[in-house]
Amino acid sequence: MTMFAPSLLAALDWHTFLFLLFALLACGFAAAVVFTSNVVRMAFYLTLSLSSTAGLFFLADAEFVGAMQFMIYVGGTLVLLIFGVMLTAQSRFVQMKTNAGEWVLAAIVGSALLVLLARTALMNPDWRNPREDRNQVAVVESQTATAIGQALTGVRTDRLDASDSTLAGGMSGYLLPFEIASVHLLVVLIGAGYLARAKRRAASSSETSA
Amino acid sequence: MIDFLGSPVTVSHYMIVGAVLFVCGVLCMATKRNVLGILMGIELVLNGANVNFVAFGSNLLRERNLGLDGQLMALFVIVLAAAEAAVALAIALNFYNNHTSIDVDTADELKG
Repeated sequence: MTMFAPSLLAALDWHTFLFLLFALLACGFAAAVVFTSNVVRMAFYLTLSLSSTAGLFFLADAEFVGAMQFMIYVGGTLVLLIFGVMLTAQSRFVQMKTNAGEWVLAAIVGSALLVLLARTALMNPDWRNPREDRNQVAVVESQTATAIGQALTGVRTDRLDASDSTLAGGMSGYLLPFEIASVHLLVVLIGAGYLARAKRRAASSSETSA
Repeated sequence: MIDFLGSPVTVSHYMIVGAVLFVCGVLCMATKRNVLGILMGIELVLNGANVNFVAFGSNLLRERNLGLDGQLMALFVIVLAAAEAAVALAIALNFYNNHTSIDVDTADELKG
Protein backbone atom coordinates (compact mmCIF):
# COMPACT_ATOMS: atom_id res chain seq x y z
CA MET A 1 0.00 0.00 0.00
CA THR A 2 3.02 2.29 0.29
CA MET A 3 3.11 2.70 -3.48
CA PHE A 4 -0.28 4.40 -3.37
CA ALA A 5 0.97 7.82 -2.37
CA PRO A 6 -1.67 10.16 -0.94
CA SER A 7 -1.23 12.39 -3.98
CA LEU A 8 -2.46 9.56 -6.22
CA LEU A 9 -5.61 9.14 -4.16
CA ALA A 10 -6.13 12.89 -4.15
CA ALA A 11 -5.60 13.07 -7.91
CA LEU A 12 -8.32 10.49 -8.51
CA ASP A 13 -11.62 11.89 -9.62
CA TRP A 14 -13.84 9.79 -7.38
CA HIS A 15 -16.90 10.33 -9.53
CA THR A 16 -15.07 8.97 -12.58
CA PHE A 17 -13.54 6.14 -10.60
CA LEU A 18 -16.88 5.03 -9.16
CA PHE A 19 -18.49 5.39 -12.58
CA LEU A 20 -15.83 3.15 -14.15
CA LEU A 21 -16.23 0.64 -11.33
CA PHE A 22 -20.02 0.40 -11.63
CA ALA A 23 -19.89 0.45 -15.43
CA LEU A 24 -17.39 -2.41 -15.55
CA LEU A 25 -19.45 -4.40 -13.07
CA ALA A 26 -22.68 -3.81 -14.97
CA CYS A 27 -21.23 -4.62 -18.41
CA GLY A 28 -19.13 -7.50 -17.13
CA PHE A 29 -22.01 -9.23 -15.41
CA ALA A 30 -24.28 -8.59 -18.40
CA ALA A 31 -21.70 -10.34 -20.60
CA ALA A 32 -21.57 -13.14 -18.05
CA VAL A 33 -25.35 -13.54 -18.39
CA VAL A 34 -24.89 -14.01 -22.14
CA PHE A 35 -21.99 -16.43 -22.00
CA THR A 36 -23.02 -18.75 -19.20
CA SER A 37 -25.35 -21.64 -19.94
CA ASN A 38 -26.41 -22.34 -16.36
CA VAL A 39 -29.74 -20.63 -15.79
CA VAL A 40 -29.29 -20.28 -12.03
CA ARG A 41 -25.99 -18.48 -12.53
CA MET A 42 -27.59 -16.28 -15.17
CA ALA A 43 -30.15 -15.13 -12.62
CA PHE A 44 -27.46 -14.27 -10.08
CA TYR A 45 -25.28 -12.42 -12.58
CA LEU A 46 -28.31 -10.46 -13.73
CA THR A 47 -29.00 -9.44 -10.12
CA LEU A 48 -25.45 -8.11 -9.80
CA SER A 49 -25.63 -6.33 -13.14
CA LEU A 50 -28.87 -4.55 -12.28
CA SER A 51 -27.54 -3.57 -8.85
CA SER A 52 -24.51 -1.98 -10.51
CA THR A 53 -26.86 -0.14 -12.86
CA ALA A 54 -28.60 1.29 -9.82
CA GLY A 55 -25.19 2.55 -8.68
CA LEU A 56 -24.82 4.25 -12.06
CA PHE A 57 -28.18 5.93 -11.54
CA PHE A 58 -27.04 7.30 -8.19
CA LEU A 59 -23.93 8.73 -9.82
CA ALA A 60 -26.07 10.51 -12.42
CA ASP A 61 -27.97 12.56 -9.83
CA ALA A 62 -31.04 10.31 -10.02
CA GLU A 63 -31.46 9.21 -6.43
CA PHE A 64 -35.12 8.24 -6.61
CA VAL A 65 -34.73 6.21 -9.80
CA GLY A 66 -31.74 4.40 -8.32
CA ALA A 67 -33.69 3.55 -5.19
CA MET A 68 -36.65 2.36 -7.28
CA GLN A 69 -34.32 0.27 -9.43
CA PHE A 70 -33.22 -1.56 -6.28
CA MET A 71 -36.71 -1.92 -4.86
CA ILE A 72 -38.76 -2.76 -7.95
CA TYR A 73 -36.27 -4.30 -10.35
CA VAL A 74 -33.81 -6.14 -8.15
CA GLY A 75 -36.13 -6.72 -5.22
CA GLY A 76 -39.26 -7.53 -7.22
CA THR A 77 -38.77 -8.52 -10.82
CA LEU A 78 -35.58 -10.48 -10.31
CA VAL A 79 -36.96 -12.29 -7.27
CA LEU A 80 -39.88 -13.29 -9.49
CA LEU A 81 -37.46 -14.52 -12.15
CA ILE A 82 -35.54 -16.51 -9.54
CA PHE A 83 -38.85 -18.06 -8.44
CA GLY A 84 -39.44 -19.08 -12.04
CA VAL A 85 -35.93 -20.49 -12.32
CA MET A 86 -36.32 -22.51 -9.15
CA LEU A 87 -39.71 -23.88 -10.20
CA THR A 88 -38.43 -25.07 -13.56
CA ALA A 89 -34.90 -26.12 -12.66
CA GLN A 90 -35.05 -29.78 -13.48
CA SER A 91 -31.61 -31.26 -13.93
CA ARG A 92 -31.89 -31.40 -17.72
CA PHE A 93 -32.97 -27.74 -18.00
CA VAL A 94 -30.35 -26.13 -15.77
CA GLN A 95 -27.63 -26.25 -18.42
CA MET A 96 -28.75 -25.83 -21.99
CA LYS A 97 -26.09 -25.06 -24.53
CA THR A 98 -26.63 -23.27 -27.81
CA ASN A 99 -24.92 -24.70 -30.86
CA ALA A 100 -21.92 -22.96 -32.40
CA GLY A 101 -23.57 -21.82 -35.62
CA GLU A 102 -26.07 -19.69 -33.71
CA TRP A 103 -23.24 -18.23 -31.63
CA VAL A 104 -21.40 -17.11 -34.79
CA LEU A 105 -24.48 -15.42 -36.19
CA ALA A 106 -25.26 -13.81 -32.85
CA ALA A 107 -21.68 -12.54 -32.52
CA ILE A 108 -21.81 -10.94 -35.96
CA VAL A 109 -25.14 -9.24 -35.34
CA GLY A 110 -24.22 -8.23 -31.80
CA SER A 111 -20.89 -6.70 -32.70
CA ALA A 112 -22.41 -4.83 -35.64
CA LEU A 113 -25.12 -3.40 -33.38
CA LEU A 114 -22.58 -2.48 -30.71
CA VAL A 115 -20.36 -0.66 -33.21
CA LEU A 116 -23.36 1.22 -34.56
CA LEU A 117 -24.56 2.28 -31.12
CA ALA A 118 -21.09 3.25 -29.92
CA ARG A 119 -20.47 5.39 -32.98
CA THR A 120 -23.82 7.10 -32.43
CA ALA A 121 -22.97 7.69 -28.79
CA LEU A 122 -19.69 9.38 -29.67
CA MET A 123 -21.05 11.32 -32.62
CA ASN A 124 -22.61 14.34 -30.97
CA PRO A 125 -20.26 16.92 -29.39
CA ASP A 126 -23.03 17.99 -27.03
CA TRP A 127 -22.91 14.47 -25.56
CA ARG A 128 -19.13 14.06 -25.71
CA ASN A 129 -18.16 17.14 -23.75
CA PRO A 130 -18.57 17.24 -20.01
CA ARG A 131 -20.16 20.05 -18.12
CA GLU A 132 -17.55 22.65 -17.20
CA ASP A 133 -19.04 23.72 -13.89
CA ARG A 134 -19.89 20.21 -12.69
CA ASN A 135 -18.14 20.75 -9.37
CA GLN A 136 -20.55 23.56 -8.60
CA VAL A 137 -23.70 21.50 -9.15
CA ALA A 138 -25.51 21.40 -5.83
CA VAL A 139 -26.18 18.11 -4.12
CA VAL A 140 -29.74 19.23 -3.51
CA GLU A 141 -30.34 18.87 -7.25
CA SER A 142 -30.08 15.12 -6.88
CA GLN A 143 -32.79 14.90 -4.22
CA THR A 144 -35.56 14.38 -6.72
CA ALA A 145 -38.08 12.34 -4.73
CA THR A 146 -40.28 15.33 -3.83
CA ALA A 147 -40.14 16.76 -7.32
CA ILE A 148 -40.98 13.41 -8.90
CA GLY A 149 -43.88 12.91 -6.50
CA GLN A 150 -45.26 16.33 -7.30
CA ALA A 151 -44.78 15.77 -11.04
CA LEU A 152 -46.73 12.53 -10.80
CA THR A 153 -49.65 14.38 -9.22
CA GLY A 154 -49.68 17.01 -11.94
CA VAL A 155 -47.47 19.89 -10.81
CA ARG A 156 -44.06 20.33 -12.41
CA THR A 157 -42.30 22.15 -9.60
CA ASP A 158 -38.97 21.92 -11.41
CA ARG A 159 -40.24 23.92 -14.37
CA LEU A 160 -42.08 26.71 -12.58
CA ASP A 161 -39.96 29.36 -14.27
CA ALA A 162 -40.54 28.15 -17.82
CA SER A 163 -40.72 31.32 -19.87
CA ASP A 164 -41.55 29.85 -23.28
CA SER A 165 -45.32 29.95 -23.63
CA THR A 166 -45.40 27.36 -26.41
CA LEU A 167 -43.70 24.82 -24.18
CA ALA A 168 -45.75 25.67 -21.10
CA GLY A 169 -48.64 23.58 -22.33
CA GLY A 170 -46.54 20.46 -21.95
CA MET A 171 -45.62 21.20 -18.37
CA SER A 172 -48.78 19.67 -17.04
CA GLY A 173 -47.15 16.88 -15.15
CA TYR A 174 -47.43 13.14 -15.34
CA LEU A 175 -50.82 12.53 -13.79
CA LEU A 176 -52.34 10.80 -16.82
CA PRO A 177 -49.42 8.37 -17.34
CA PHE A 178 -49.53 7.66 -13.60
CA GLU A 179 -53.20 6.68 -13.83
CA ILE A 180 -52.60 4.63 -16.96
CA ALA A 181 -49.73 2.80 -15.25
CA SER A 182 -51.92 2.11 -12.22
CA VAL A 183 -54.73 0.65 -14.35
CA HIS A 184 -52.12 -1.29 -16.32
CA LEU A 185 -50.76 -2.83 -13.12
CA LEU A 186 -54.27 -3.78 -12.05
CA VAL A 187 -54.90 -5.48 -15.40
CA VAL A 188 -51.57 -7.28 -15.18
CA LEU A 189 -52.33 -8.41 -11.64
CA ILE A 190 -55.67 -9.91 -12.66
CA GLY A 191 -54.26 -11.40 -15.87
CA ALA A 192 -51.24 -13.01 -14.26
CA GLY A 193 -53.36 -14.32 -11.41
CA TYR A 194 -55.78 -15.87 -13.90
CA LEU A 195 -52.98 -17.40 -15.98
CA ALA A 196 -51.34 -18.90 -12.93
CA ARG A 197 -54.49 -20.29 -11.30
CA ALA A 198 -54.62 -23.88 -10.13
CA LYS A 199 -56.48 -25.83 -12.75
CA ARG A 200 -58.79 -28.72 -11.92
CA ARG A 201 -57.44 -31.92 -13.36
CA ALA A 202 -59.61 -33.61 -16.01
CA ALA A 203 -59.04 -37.09 -14.47
CA SER A 204 -60.55 -36.22 -11.10
CA SER A 205 -63.64 -34.62 -12.64
CA SER A 206 -64.32 -37.77 -14.72
CA GLU A 207 -63.91 -39.92 -11.60
CA THR A 208 -66.44 -37.89 -9.66
CA SER A 209 -68.96 -38.00 -12.50
CA ALA A 210 -68.61 -41.79 -13.03
CA MET B 1 -3.53 6.14 -16.74
CA ILE B 2 -4.08 8.76 -14.08
CA ASP B 3 -5.26 11.15 -16.74
CA PHE B 4 -7.84 8.64 -17.96
CA LEU B 5 -9.13 8.15 -14.44
CA GLY B 6 -9.37 11.89 -14.04
CA SER B 7 -11.33 12.68 -17.18
CA PRO B 8 -14.89 13.63 -16.34
CA VAL B 9 -17.90 11.47 -17.11
CA THR B 10 -20.08 12.54 -20.03
CA VAL B 11 -23.34 11.43 -21.56
CA SER B 12 -21.34 9.41 -24.11
CA HIS B 13 -19.89 7.28 -21.32
CA TYR B 14 -23.39 6.44 -20.10
CA MET B 15 -24.62 5.80 -23.64
CA ILE B 16 -21.84 3.30 -24.27
CA VAL B 17 -22.74 1.46 -21.06
CA GLY B 18 -26.37 1.48 -22.19
CA ALA B 19 -25.33 0.17 -25.61
CA VAL B 20 -23.35 -2.70 -24.08
CA LEU B 21 -26.27 -3.67 -21.84
CA PHE B 22 -28.65 -3.47 -24.81
CA VAL B 23 -26.46 -5.65 -27.04
CA CYS B 24 -26.00 -8.19 -24.24
CA GLY B 25 -29.77 -8.32 -23.87
CA VAL B 26 -30.29 -8.82 -27.59
CA LEU B 27 -27.69 -11.62 -27.63
CA CYS B 28 -29.41 -13.21 -24.66
CA MET B 29 -32.78 -13.11 -26.40
CA ALA B 30 -31.27 -14.56 -29.56
CA THR B 31 -29.16 -17.40 -28.19
CA LYS B 32 -30.76 -18.71 -25.01
CA ARG B 33 -32.81 -21.90 -25.16
CA ASN B 34 -34.33 -21.42 -21.74
CA VAL B 35 -37.46 -19.27 -21.74
CA LEU B 36 -36.30 -17.61 -18.54
CA GLY B 37 -33.01 -16.77 -20.23
CA ILE B 38 -34.95 -14.93 -22.89
CA LEU B 39 -36.82 -13.04 -20.17
CA MET B 40 -33.50 -12.02 -18.64
CA GLY B 41 -32.46 -10.69 -22.04
CA ILE B 42 -35.58 -8.54 -22.10
CA GLU B 43 -34.68 -7.13 -18.67
CA LEU B 44 -31.18 -6.27 -19.88
CA VAL B 45 -32.56 -4.48 -22.95
CA LEU B 46 -34.89 -2.38 -20.82
CA ASN B 47 -32.07 -1.54 -18.45
CA GLY B 48 -29.86 -0.37 -21.29
CA ALA B 49 -32.62 2.01 -22.37
CA ASN B 50 -33.06 3.18 -18.77
CA VAL B 51 -29.37 4.06 -18.46
CA ASN B 52 -29.75 6.22 -21.57
CA PHE B 53 -32.85 7.95 -20.21
CA VAL B 54 -31.24 8.75 -16.88
CA ALA B 55 -28.08 10.02 -18.56
CA PHE B 56 -30.02 12.44 -20.74
CA GLY B 57 -31.99 13.65 -17.75
CA SER B 58 -28.99 14.14 -15.51
CA ASN B 59 -28.14 17.59 -14.27
CA LEU B 60 -24.56 16.61 -13.51
CA LEU B 61 -23.58 15.56 -17.02
CA ARG B 62 -25.02 18.33 -19.17
CA GLU B 63 -26.19 21.87 -18.60
CA ARG B 64 -29.18 21.69 -20.94
CA ASN B 65 -30.79 18.40 -20.03
CA LEU B 66 -34.14 16.67 -19.96
CA GLY B 67 -34.40 17.05 -16.23
CA LEU B 68 -37.15 15.14 -14.52
CA ASP B 69 -38.54 13.93 -17.86
CA GLY B 70 -35.68 11.49 -18.31
CA GLN B 71 -35.99 10.17 -14.78
CA LEU B 72 -39.78 9.80 -15.02
CA MET B 73 -39.44 7.90 -18.31
CA ALA B 74 -36.98 5.57 -16.59
CA LEU B 75 -39.44 5.09 -13.70
CA PHE B 76 -42.29 4.21 -16.04
CA VAL B 77 -40.03 1.78 -17.91
CA ILE B 78 -39.17 0.08 -14.61
CA VAL B 79 -42.84 -0.25 -13.69
CA LEU B 80 -43.84 -1.59 -17.09
CA ALA B 81 -40.92 -4.01 -17.15
CA ALA B 82 -42.02 -5.44 -13.81
CA ALA B 83 -45.57 -5.89 -15.09
CA GLU B 84 -44.39 -7.51 -18.31
CA ALA B 85 -42.04 -9.84 -16.45
CA ALA B 86 -44.93 -11.02 -14.28
CA VAL B 87 -47.15 -11.86 -17.25
CA ALA B 88 -44.31 -13.45 -19.22
CA LEU B 89 -43.41 -15.59 -16.23
CA ALA B 90 -47.04 -16.69 -15.86
CA ILE B 91 -47.06 -17.73 -19.51
CA ALA B 92 -43.73 -19.53 -19.17
CA LEU B 93 -44.84 -21.45 -16.08
CA ASN B 94 -48.11 -22.39 -17.79
CA PHE B 95 -46.10 -23.71 -20.72
CA TYR B 96 -43.88 -25.65 -18.33
CA ASN B 97 -46.88 -27.16 -16.56
CA ASN B 98 -48.44 -28.28 -19.84
CA HIS B 99 -45.38 -29.56 -21.67
CA THR B 100 -42.96 -30.30 -18.80
CA SER B 101 -40.25 -28.49 -20.72
CA ILE B 102 -38.82 -24.99 -20.38
CA ASP B 103 -36.85 -25.37 -23.60
CA VAL B 104 -38.10 -22.81 -26.11
CA ASP B 105 -37.33 -25.17 -29.00
CA THR B 106 -40.17 -27.46 -27.87
CA ALA B 107 -42.71 -24.65 -28.36
CA ASP B 108 -43.23 -25.42 -32.01
CA GLU B 109 -46.92 -26.22 -32.36
CA LEU B 110 -49.66 -23.64 -32.47
CA LYS B 111 -52.53 -25.66 -31.11
CA GLY B 112 -53.14 -25.46 -27.36
